[in-house]
Amino acid sequence: MTACREPASVLIERLSSGETTSLELTDACLAEIAAHDGSVGAFLHVAGDAARQAAESIDRRRAAGEPLGRLAGLPVAVKDVLVTRDQPTTCGSRMLEGWIPPYDAHTVEKLRDADAVLIGKTNMDEFAMGSTTENSAFGPTRTPWRLDCVAGGSSGGSAAAVSAGFAPLAVGSDTGGSIRQPAAFCGVVGLKPTYGRVSRYGLVAYASSLDQVGPFARDVAGAAMLLEVLAGHDRRDGTSIDQPVPPYHQQLDQPLEGLRIGICSEHFGEGLDQEVREAVERALDVYRGLGAVVVEIELPHARFAVACYYLVAPSEASSNLARYDGIHYGRRADDYDGLVEMYSNSRGSAFGTEVKRRIMLGTYSLSAGYYDAYYLKAQKVRRLIQQDYTQAFLDVDVIASPVTPTPAVRLGQLTDDPLQMYLADTYTISANLAGLPGVSIPAGFSQDGRPIGLQLLADSFAEDRLLRVAAMHERETDWHLATPTLDGDTSS
Amino acid sequence: MSETHSEEPSHRQLTRDDVLKVARLARLTLDESEVEEFTGQLGQVLGYVGILDDADTEGVEPLAGASERTDVLREDEPGESLARDQALSGAPRHDDRFFLVPPVLDTSAE
Repeated sequence: MTACREPASVLIERLSSGETTSLELTDACLAEIAAHDGSVGAFLHVAGDAARQAAESIDRRRAAGEPLGRLAGLPVAVKDVLVTRDQPTTCGSRMLEGWIPPYDAHTVEKLRDADAVLIGKTNMDEFAMGSTTENSAFGPTRTPWRLDCVAGGSSGGSAAAVSAGFAPLAVGSDTGGSIRQPAAFCGVVGLKPTYGRVSRYGLVAYASSLDQVGPFARDVAGAAMLLEVLAGHDRRDGTSIDQPVPPYHQQLDQPLEGLRIGICSEHFGEGLDQEVREAVERALDVYRGLGAVVVEIELPHARFAVACYYLVAPSEASSNLARYDGIHYGRRADDYDGLVEMYSNSRGSAFGTEVKRRIMLGTYSLSAGYYDAYYLKAQKVRRLIQQDYTQAFLDVDVIASPVTPTPAVRLGQLTDDPLQMYLADTYTISANLAGLPGVSIPAGFSQDGRPIGLQLLADSFAEDRLLRVAAMHERETDWHLATPTLDGDTSS
Repeated sequence: MSETHSEEPSHRQLTRDDVLKVARLARLTLDESEVEEFTGQLGQVLGYVGILDDADTEGVEPLAGASERTDVLREDEPGESLARDQALSGAPRHDDRFFLVPPVLDTSAE
């Protein structure tokens, strides 16, 4: 097993004890990427020399006895939706191909402050719109477990990078499930924080009222460590909440006494794959074995979540993506006659199909005559969905459900049917509409070897409790220890 | 405009003209196959979101964002900003001083 497949907490121990160096670790990750990323497709940019230089510098500072950050020397992969001043940022789009931003995202600054080694930028559905990473303009990401299947999305590259052992930690973003769903498809831990927990400054906007940045790791401890680094107040994001960041990582071994887990019949209905259902039920049995009580809860408006999301998110997207005007940055079309045609041709030629589809949907639902019936109606339903959760969390600590109706789908399986693709987001999008934290943890495999995730949701700013509950399951199971062999990989 | 004016748009067929109109509003040049594809697909999605009609939202206030923080104020202090060369660094066309754009007053403008 390569070094990069060890959990982050183990690697940090080895780095601080001198058992390994950041350069050794970084080289090991770069070697894995060189050997296998041709067939996985996790990275859009590999930092290579820059990463090695950063690693050497941290090793020198460690040798000199200087104080170091919490992730000192650890390679971390960053989704290509976060701006980085020394690495290209494309958002998986031809629109931003070759663009090098003039500043760092808040979360990227935090990673640099923590002395993480930024090893590269990961593949994603274009502008984070999609559930398979097939909407990347630069090719899909495959789950390292089954190279004929997708890694999920939109943070497919980050999930696959951790799963394949290209990096022990990765950062993603989640607007409707884009961290949790690929975490499930790739068999790793992925957490979406409470809205406002992590700054969105420098996160290229898709749907601003739903977007959150969060961690991927091989285990719960790794996710907790990375979240501690990413979280915190930032005055440059008006929705960032000024609340202290708890020491998530230190509390993990404390089980939640008298744990009450809610389950909702809406999450176990038609369309749920039998193997996924069994995995979730098995996980619930693990919790019961630890003394937890599993109770039925009501989320009366859960069935409206997909419809609500696919009005709110595209509406915000149509507004956010108006900034791509072919003037300030991004691509300008070669041929046009006048300003308006310059806008339209630049956008028409540089955006991919799904991005155009969502801009169209959002523009339509915001346009005169339809605003009340679509966008305003969706916002009202959004409040009802949030109220359902507020009510539910009066009774339970967490809500458990599948992450996805099925394990990873084959490449191309859903690309021709947008509505079916959207409906597959049914279990994850409510957390974004309500602003709640959620985590996907490894909970099994299908018979043909595709990972299955368990989703746990908690009340706002209860990430500490959420992580403790996740750790309870992890201590009793070994799903998170399994690693893909990349057997189907013929590139090396 | 109030809700009573909506003409049950969820049950309304999306036409090719609707798609062309929205594409114009969104400043998107679509090719013929995209117009055709989107007419069907967007119609399907709009049909699906019609289930929101089943939600009773009488008297419910719209929720625009999860945190509902408003009026986040801070002192208006001058801070660092991008240098001119940095601000221009990603521009498709510039002359080292300004962003260059096609003539704004032309006949193709709507």
